[in-house]
This record gives sequence, structure tokens and C-alpha cells, in this order.
Amino acid sequence: MLEYIISKYNFWVYVILLLIGLYAMVGKKNLVKKLIGMNIFQSAVILFYVSIGVKKGGATVPIFLGNAHAAHGHGHAIIDVASYINPLPHVLMLTAIVVSIATTGVALAVLILIFRRYKTLELDEIMKIRKETGV
Amino acid sequence: MIWQLDLILCIFIVICAVAAITIKDLLAAVIILGAYSFFMCILYTGMGAVDVAFTEASVSAGVGTVLFVAAVSKTKRRSKD
Repeated sequence: MLEYIISKYNFWVYVILLLIGLYAMVGKKNLVKKLIGMNIFQSAVILFYVSIGVKKGGATVPIFLGNAHAAHGHGHAIIDVASYINPLPHVLMLTAIVVSIATTGVALAVLILIFRRYKTLELDEIMKIRKETGV
Repeated sequence: MIWQLDLILCIFIVICAVAAITIKDLLAAVIILGAYSFFMCILYTGMGAVDVAFTEASVSAGVGTVLFVAAVSKTKRRSKD
């Protein structure tokens, strides 16, 4: 039982990071802290997806090296799928990383506009100012 | 991958995540988030996802940290929680 838990520790770390990010998004009052929590949340999901593609037992990086059968000029190259790591989650997560940095950039721009208007980044102070001025 | 190294990296990642959301100085929190991204990048390399690793190192740890530092320098550095 203990060995079963330890052998999947990547997934435990992924769950812990997901909950840390969720806590920072919900529990923290500073807006930059909320954004940092969102970044942690996203990278936890990316870590989960990359962990899915890992194969044990001598699987290597997915680069096709060619083989002896294809060298004769006829016949198709035989690819042993078990000797390569699954590249599909990697390709999906490349897009996810770029999207996450784009959302972070937009969020930081909105955050600077909020600071210019309310002169603070604490959510409770912003809500108090909004309630007092009615804007 | 060597499982001891993998475990140490996972522990470092969790420590960096907790530190990034508890430190009251926002600039320090952002730099720790960059360190978190670099540890994550080493972990991806160990899993064989080399393309994801260098995208994470350049985009998330590089450009992301620069954007965060720029935004923090435009706004306030201290945080209440």
C-alpha cells in the first residue's frame, strides 16, 4: 500500500499544487497574489498532463532514429511504440503554456488599470471604495 | 529518471509554491514564482518532455517573470496578506 502511494507521487504533488493555487485564488485578498495562485493552478494541470505521457521501461524522448529495416530502400519503417514517450500531451501542453502567459499578461494590464483608478490592490479596500462612492 | 532527484524536485516545487503565496513582499513572491517555474522545467526534462521544458523555461519563467516584475514596479510592492 505504501509502495503504491509512493510510486504515484507525481500525482500527489499535482493535487497539492492544484489546492495551493485554488486557496491563493479564493483566500488571498491581494490581486497579485490571486494571479500568482492562478499561475500555480495552471502549471499544476500542465504537470498532470505531462505525467500522463511518461512510460516506464526504457522509453526515450520521442525522436525517430530510423531502423535497420528501412535502410534497404523498400518496406516501411517499423516504429516500436513502446520505446517512445507519448508525445501527444506534450504538444497540447505547449499550447497551454503559451495561453497561460497570454492570460497573465492581460490580467496584469487590467491590474495596472485598477491600481490607477483605486490606488490600491487589496480587494477589500477596493470594495469599500466602490461601496462608499457608488461607482 | 532517478527517483530521489525527482522526489527532491517535487518537494522544492511545493515549498516554492507555498512561499510564493505567503510572502508579503510582492517582488520576492514573483521571483520565487520564477524559481518555481525553473524547478518545474527540470522536472519536465526528467520526464522526457524536452520541448515542454524549454517552452516553460523561456516563456513561463522568462517572459512571465519579466511581466510580473514590470507590473509590480508600476503598482505597490507591499501586500497585506
